[in-house]
Amino acid sequence: MVDRVIKKTELADFVARLVEKYRVYAPVREQQTTNFREISTADQVDLSGANTTLSPKSLILPQSETMFEFSLDRTSEKAGILYEIELDPLPRLIFGIRPCDAKAFELLDLNFSTPSHQDPWWARRRQITTLVGLGCNTPCPTCFCTSVGCGPFATEGLDVLLIDLDKEFAIQGITEKGQRLLDDMDIKAEASATKKEAVSAQQSSSLQSIKSVVPTEGLQDHEVNALFNAEFWDKVQFACINCGVCTFVCPTCWCFDIQDEVLKNNGLRLRNWDSCMFPLFTLHGSGHNPRGQKLQRVRQRFMHKLKYFPDKYHNGVACVGCGRCVQQCPVNIDIRQVFLLMNNFKI
Amino acid sequence: MENPYLPFPVKIDSVITETEDRNLKTFKLVFLNSADGEKFVHQAGQFAELSIAGKGEIPIGIASSPTEHGHLLFTVNRVGVVTRALHQMTAGDVIGVRGPLGNWYPWEQMEGSNVVVIGGGFAFTTLRASIVYLLHPENRSRFGDITVIYGARSPGMLLYRDELVEWNERDDIQMHITVDATDDPNWKFDVGFVPTVTQEKAPSAKDSYAVVCGPPIMIKFTLPILKELGFPDERIIMSLEMRMKCGIGMCGRCNIGSEYVCKDGPVFSLAQLSGLPGEY
Repeated sequence: MVDRVIKKTELADFVARLVEKYRVYAPVREQQTTNFREISTADQVDLSGANTTLSPKSLILPQSETMFEFSLDRTSEKAGILYEIELDPLPRLIFGIRPCDAKAFELLDLNFSTPSHQDPWWARRRQITTLVGLGCNTPCPTCFCTSVGCGPFATEGLDVLLIDLDKEFAIQGITEKGQRLLDDMDIKAEASATKKEAVSAQQSSSLQSIKSVVPTEGLQDHEVNALFNAEFWDKVQFACINCGVCTFVCPTCWCFDIQDEVLKNNGLRLRNWDSCMFPLFTLHGSGHNPRGQKLQRVRQRFMHKLKYFPDKYHNGVACVGCGRCVQQCPVNIDIRQVFLLMNNFKI
Repeated sequence: MENPYLPFPVKIDSVITETEDRNLKTFKLVFLNSADGEKFVHQAGQFAELSIAGKGEIPIGIASSPTEHGHLLFTVNRVGVVTRALHQMTAGDVIGVRGPLGNWYPWEQMEGSNVVVIGGGFAFTTLRASIVYLLHPENRSRFGDITVIYGARSPGMLLYRDELVEWNERDDIQMHITVDATDDPNWKFDVGFVPTVTQEKAPSAKDSYAVVCGPPIMIKFTLPILKELGFPDERIIMSLEMRMKCGIGMCGRCNIGSEYVCKDGPVFSLAQLSGLPGEY
């Protein structure tokens, strides 16, 4: 429920107080792109754009991160043994994250925090990170969040939601963590009935402006092998150049590689983003490659998001409708078309 | 919660060169911290990630049986960066082991049944673990007849030759050892491909499970014969290989449809596999 407000003129002060307690990350304009960067003052923040160029997933799953360190100095009894490195323990706050990106974190929790294993870096960063979201007043033409269980003011995954009402932000504290943050930051101004009306008006106008709709209701009924063997994959993959940009900008693509790097006697074990678009991703030592063909890789990406993931976790598709892959694909492959093809598939 | 990516440090206790081409070596590993060894409780059919600092990790089937205590065995084929480095290592060197990982052959389900073990080439590792497990005095009476069909390209390419001979002399296990070809006049076992030998020896499908692990070509020709012999898909058990990194179902590369080979496998029944895309 929307219950507080903060004037935009007070934003600088609000951010200054946040920076005292948290590492604060927010959208920052850098020439042609906008990405989440650590900020120290409010004037660095640019909330004017819709989606950032890259999703904020790197704040929880960095593009490259050190897992362990080791020594190869054979005179040391520690040689060859891997040791954990302590994570930066400072609490973090992502300011201005969009509801779709916040929902993506919730979906990725299903992969990284499982009953049998927990990814320690993912889990720890999730735990120390507070998400202060910003509702979308002007969704992009490529946004289709409302079709995939999200929306311009959806709160799933967020701790706090800000709603831009021109001169001020209406504030919705969502989780206990979020309420506590608002109390700590001393935001007391209560939202009046008029403000609440303004919020409803904004919410419905945003909803109406989302014109992209994709069907999902038929996906679960298709037999997996029938979809896998469908002829339309040949058309879908035709123009793909396997550049992998879709996987890098996607907030729900999490695949990673593990590599060792050594300088003299000191080494690190790192993990780096990887992509199912690359043939090396699945190449066996023997030379055999189960996804050696481009068609197999393109199919894998879409089948994973729209069929395998929903079948495995029963929690909807692994797509939040942010539209980044649609905007940035150099050959105009459009996941909305693939939704249509897969959903409406008939043998 | 413990970090599932952190390998346990182990020391190489001994190295055995298994095959005449010297490409397969068995590494006997001993935990540096005995507490780690106590935590490492595996079942026959599981695998582990072997870690060499500075080179990386590789998923390898555990060749020792859970009934063998105090050490782990891994038989490693020399193919890439990590395995080449490992083949250069000798007794006393320190590496890491992460695991046990994945599922295992369905021993509880197989209890009371006959077990037909069919293996080819260097895929015999977890099958060795299985045979040792089955033959252990505590376990042998829990299973019916045990039949083994194991083939390699030549006599010098068979793994665990001393044990094969030992098992061949026992009367509680039926061994069929075969090679693709040999010019050794003293060769007293079978000659022929695994599928052909399977057809000839025709192990009964009655109350039986077939546990199959081998190169794709062997699998391809063995499965139809097992079906002919009357093995239902639910009782043909296979162990798959896939490129892996994390080993715990997180890094995303080893899936077949919705299943991760590292976590939901590597052991699948043919019935399970037929419901999944044939992408392996």
